[in-house]
Amino acid sequence: MPTWIVACGVDDVDSEDVIPFEHEGCQYAIYRSPDDGYYATDGSCTHENALLADGLVLDNIIECPKHNGRFDYRTGEGKGAPIRVNLRTYRTKVEHGAVSIDIG
Amino acid sequence: MNRDYSLIGEESRRAVERGLSQAQWYRTEVPRKRMKELMGRRNGPAIRDTLLWFGLLVLFGGLGVYLWFSVWSLLAFAVYGVLYGSASDARWHECGHGTAFRTRWMNVVVYYLACFMIMRDPTVWRWSHARHHTDTIIVGRDPEIVAKRPPALWHIAADFLGLFAVPQAFKHMFIHAAGRLLPEEATFVPDTERPRTYWTARVWLLIYAAVVAACVVSGSILPAMVIGLPRMYGAWHHIVTGLTQHSGLADDVTDHRLNSRTVYMNPLSRFVYWNMNYHVEHHMFPMVPFHSLPALHAEIKDDLPVPAPSIVSAFAEFMPVLLRQRKDSQHFIDRRLPDPVSSVSVSS
Repeated sequence: MPTWIVACGVDDVDSEDVIPFEHEGCQYAIYRSPDDGYYATDGSCTHENALLADGLVLDNIIECPKHNGRFDYRTGEGKGAPIRVNLRTYRTKVEHGAVSIDIG
Repeated sequence: MNRDYSLIGEESRRAVERGLSQAQWYRTEVPRKRMKELMGRRNGPAIRDTLLWFGLLVLFGGLGVYLWFSVWSLLAFAVYGVLYGSASDARWHECGHGTAFRTRWMNVVVYYLACFMIMRDPTVWRWSHARHHTDTIIVGRDPEIVAKRPPALWHIAADFLGLFAVPQAFKHMFIHAAGRLLPEEATFVPDTERPRTYWTARVWLLIYAAVVAACVVSGSILPAMVIGLPRMYGAWHHIVTGLTQHSGLADDVTDHRLNSRTVYMNPLSRFVYWNMNYHVEHHMFPMVPFHSLPALHAEIKDDLPVPAPSIVSAFAEFMPVLLRQRKDSQHFIDRRLPDPVSSVSVSS
């Protein structure tokens, strides 16, 4: 059962960047790709406790600010050491200028 | 009472219990837009520096070989040694963070080459350094603490010529080549990564065996002057710069301003050291590339302790402390922080 919640406005996140989003104590990261796609993942790195929204987006990769752990934020796939566990991703949709994510 | 710095001892367990491991560390506020600029990746500065590095290695290594054996060849090898046995330390480090180049494979190539030169296994040290950044100078957790309390000054002095580090590196290579890790390495290197370490050690030992054979066949030490020995006779610079990073400062704190040191250095040392003299800045924001560290320093310096104005002044600050720590291991440099202070100090 999908549970859509509005995370941010489309202009709240720059192209090729990420912002944090918190909902009911859970941290998420909302991405805008260079081709203006919107994506969402868990907010913390799976390696150690670091907020991905403080990291660097390069094309379709988010790099963790702590140890350079790299994920494809579209699929959550880890891209080598020190990442050993993939990142959870969430479906997104854009409606009326807002980005929603499915946390269901 | 001396502390237990091993990663498998009582202090390690206590550090975890006290919340010192994987803690939240103090960070100076920097607007996201500015931080994104500072974290930005470029190939240009690292390609320029790497071409210069390789060019100087070929030039001075070539002169050393061509002029062998003379005073001039020794002078050429003195420069070559620093480029080999010290600059490789900074290249290993920066490329290990993945921040030197924008293009991934360039980081990987320089990382593996520099690891060979500095005799550090690429896999073990990648994980070791990740731990160093997670638990910086947390006793029992950080595997890269150089000046412990009390400091082993003879050991540190010997490593100005790699007299301790190089034999240890070969011992580890033999252990790894036999398909084993050291017990402490096993605490931070995952199972899936270990075969890479074993095969790296086997390849490296073959290369060093070839160098020794070349020395025997040629009846000259010259092949080892080019590969291997410069890790010893050129190590002094990376020990000098490395000692300035954390020596004499606090342990078991979660604020890099209290346990790390920024030092203003001359341009030659900054080239060899790849700007790691901005060490508080590097630990606070490890994703900022070496070429942006001066800009990061300018951005946040008002929130940091006053930097040491030179390498000499840094040594003048911490050497008396290290000497005193031989008898008083509780003694350390208690940094004054600019107001407002929002660090979390949990020790001493």
